[in-house]
Amino acid sequence: MTNPAPLETRGPASAALLEALEDAPETNPTQPAAFLAAVEKAVNETKDILVDEDLQLVLTILYGLHYGEVGDWEPRWEWQPDVIQARLGIEAVFEAALRERIPAPDLPRPEAEAVAKELFRLTAEDSGPSLSRYLARDATNAQAVEFIIHKSIYTLKEADPHSWAIPRLRGRSKAALVEIQADEYGGGRPDHVHATIFAGTMRGMALSDRYGFYLNHVPAVTLAAFNMMSMFGLNRRLRGAIVGHLAAFEMTSSIPNRFYGNGFRRLGYDEKVTWYFDEHVEADAVHEQIAGRDLAGSLAEDEPELLPDIIFGAQACLYLDGLTGTHMLTAWDEGGSSLRRPVEPIDPAHTL
Amino acid sequence: MKATNELSPTIVACPNGPLLIRGDFELVTGTGEQIPRQRKTIALCRCGASTIKPFCDGTHKLTKFNTENPAAT
Repeated sequence: MTNPAPLETRGPASAALLEALEDAPETNPTQPAAFLAAVEKAVNETKDILVDEDLQLVLTILYGLHYGEVGDWEPRWEWQPDVIQARLGIEAVFEAALRERIPAPDLPRPEAEAVAKELFRLTAEDSGPSLSRYLARDATNAQAVEFIIHKSIYTLKEADPHSWAIPRLRGRSKAALVEIQADEYGGGRPDHVHATIFAGTMRGMALSDRYGFYLNHVPAVTLAAFNMMSMFGLNRRLRGAIVGHLAAFEMTSSIPNRFYGNGFRRLGYDEKVTWYFDEHVEADAVHEQIAGRDLAGSLAEDEPELLPDIIFGAQACLYLDGLTGTHMLTAWDEGGSSLRRPVEPIDPAHTL
Repeated sequence: MKATNELSPTIVACPNGPLLIRGDFELVTGTGEQIPRQRKTIALCRCGASTIKPFCDGTHKLTKFNTENPAAT
């Protein structure tokens, strides 16, 4: 596969950031300051940060400095003070917008079984659009390709945002998170790392599995879902939210993945492409039990003050899932593409 | 010396859900043949509706499977 196209700017803040990142942090000290000023202006003026193309791209790049692979930038940018300050400024508005929109239900008792029960209840009543059923029955090959491209922004880094929380937990909840993550990372088998299995899905569909290859194609809402996880994972004070997010993510995975697998089989793809979905049917039926009781439940017992954020993180997961699902289904319903720039559809017969 | 709890399996009877099994154990068919396992901790179906038996696939959530025993009459 060829190298990805350079990242396209989506407004003044991302333009200032990409310009600054071209050099080392100290080469031109006015550039980081100019970027910070552009971010402060954009944060003040944003109408809806969840779909703000400029600011969500900036966040993805800033988190990319911590993850790596988003761009080939001088690594010391990771802790450049203006860049960190800009990130905190965007995060404050992003978090406030999420808390404002997401309803806070009555809290369960801070006991493991009660917390697990409430998380299973919330995820069961989630009335979001059924993207998985659409993929199973109706999606065209071009729509399936778009779905995979949206999904790749997180899934080529699957489990990584939640792993930031490992050293921030103690005792039972830490053991439970590591038990889940060890399975996500293949249980010692590199070819079974879930992100690696997903890379195989992309190659099986004649797509690039290089991280960031499709960044210019995906809209803000797709970036926002991944940025939210990174924000929850990278801020220790939000460890309750990243735990709740993981629990909801696992609890809404095994059944949809069965539908996705069936959809890709319907479109003619073989197990190279469907292994990822089939693997998650079994894996996440295990993970959801561990995540509800041993991870989120134990954390609520050990640090009851985190219970509101555990529930908030779970609700936030469902909310962003709903936004991204609605975005795709609405675009397809109107006969268009859900991407900022469509990719050429590929005939599955040529990739098998 | 290995800690005893490292070896002995534990089975969690998940309310309204599967049996979650951790530890050192063998999973075999009725005739004693090993059933391949993809992970250390597994969830076994106990609602009967899974499409990947003996493993759980989460279908119990769609069938409203209930593990509470009926009250004695």
